[in-house]
Amino acid sequence: MHRFANPARFLRLGAAIMPWSTGVAVLSLAAGLYFALFASPADYQQGESVRIMYVHVPAAWMALFIYTSLAATSAIALVWKHPLADLAAKAMAPVGAAFTALCLVTGSLWGQPMWGTWWVWDARLTSVLVLFFLYLGHIALNNAFDDPTRGARAAAVLAIVGVVNVPIIKFSVDWWNTLHQPASITRLAAPAIDPAMLRPLLLMAIGFTAYFVSILLLRIRTEILARKLRTLRYMQGAEAPAPAVAGERI
Amino acid sequence: MTRKRRRLYLLGLFLLGLGTATALALAAFRDNLVFFYSPSDLARLAVAGDRAVRIGGLVEQGSVERRAGSIEIRFRVTDLQNTLPVVYAGILPDLFREGQGIVAQGRLGPDGVFRASEVLAKHDENYMPPEVAAALKRSGHWQETAGKPK
Repeated sequence: MHRFANPARFLRLGAAIMPWSTGVAVLSLAAGLYFALFASPADYQQGESVRIMYVHVPAAWMALFIYTSLAATSAIALVWKHPLADLAAKAMAPVGAAFTALCLVTGSLWGQPMWGTWWVWDARLTSVLVLFFLYLGHIALNNAFDDPTRGARAAAVLAIVGVVNVPIIKFSVDWWNTLHQPASITRLAAPAIDPAMLRPLLLMAIGFTAYFVSILLLRIRTEILARKLRTLRYMQGAEAPAPAVAGERI
Repeated sequence: MTRKRRRLYLLGLFLLGLGTATALALAAFRDNLVFFYSPSDLARLAVAGDRAVRIGGLVEQGSVERRAGSIEIRFRVTDLQNTLPVVYAGILPDLFREGQGIVAQGRLGPDGVFRASEVLAKHDENYMPPEVAAALKRSGHWQETAGKPK
């Protein structure tokens, strides 16, 4: 892992991965949307509204997956002080926030015809809203300090504290009575979802994951280049040796 | 012990403490974190009549009564152990039907009838095309699981 903490090596690796992940994202999302919107049956209870699920459920998975990655990256940043880990965390948070927002909006659109309400304060919905605010807090903290290293450290602590919310979201539907239904796809039992409906769901999930990989690599690259540029400008302006700030040294 | 190792242990200890604190807090608030009570919970907790509560369960088969010329609807909600009569006047969600899980918000009257101000449908975690559902019902493998309270 320490090998990839070198920004130059990371940039080379990222450039090699990105065309593949982008290709997988485009193909999976195109096929997934085709199956989701046209080539899959309506549900016996929900009718055509079931198609909202093919965006909602993968978006919710991504929201949790990205937050877990964010917390892991923040732990690496705090313990081993890799400058790249801070950049990755900063690049990840807005993407996770976007997926969480997508999950909340599509869920609300589904809830109105199915449950009869846009929003209820049950344990699942509330804990996902808290997740959204955690993402926003992370973004805000990261930008709240003049010194980017201090901002990154504060945001990393927030990300790690917020990780207790992840199991709460996951198990909220099992621990408490909620309006939200429990998971249809679990590791231990056969999925409670028809194969014809599982196909678009999994394709969308693969597409979202590949999209996340591409956009993350792109965002980290942009961040590395921006810092390089800032360091160059600083050196030119000061006509002095480069500043010895850990986060700035690339 | 290196500084990295010490930071790692501190982080682990911090997460352990945080996790324990959260688990204890959630366990303490257990009865308040539920979105609805089942008819059995309601009997056990003896909720006062002037408090708005939510109840949830299955709409009992054959219990739905509509009166002609009125939007008032009466039905019984069951958790298969206790049942509760509910009266409601308003718009019902599409998924409302006998055997379906629902959540109703309202007050328990002194006569033991629950006066609902809002009725929401609870959806189950099973997804299938209508033909598959019909085939399951024909072959007798159908299980009504929607909204069964734990």
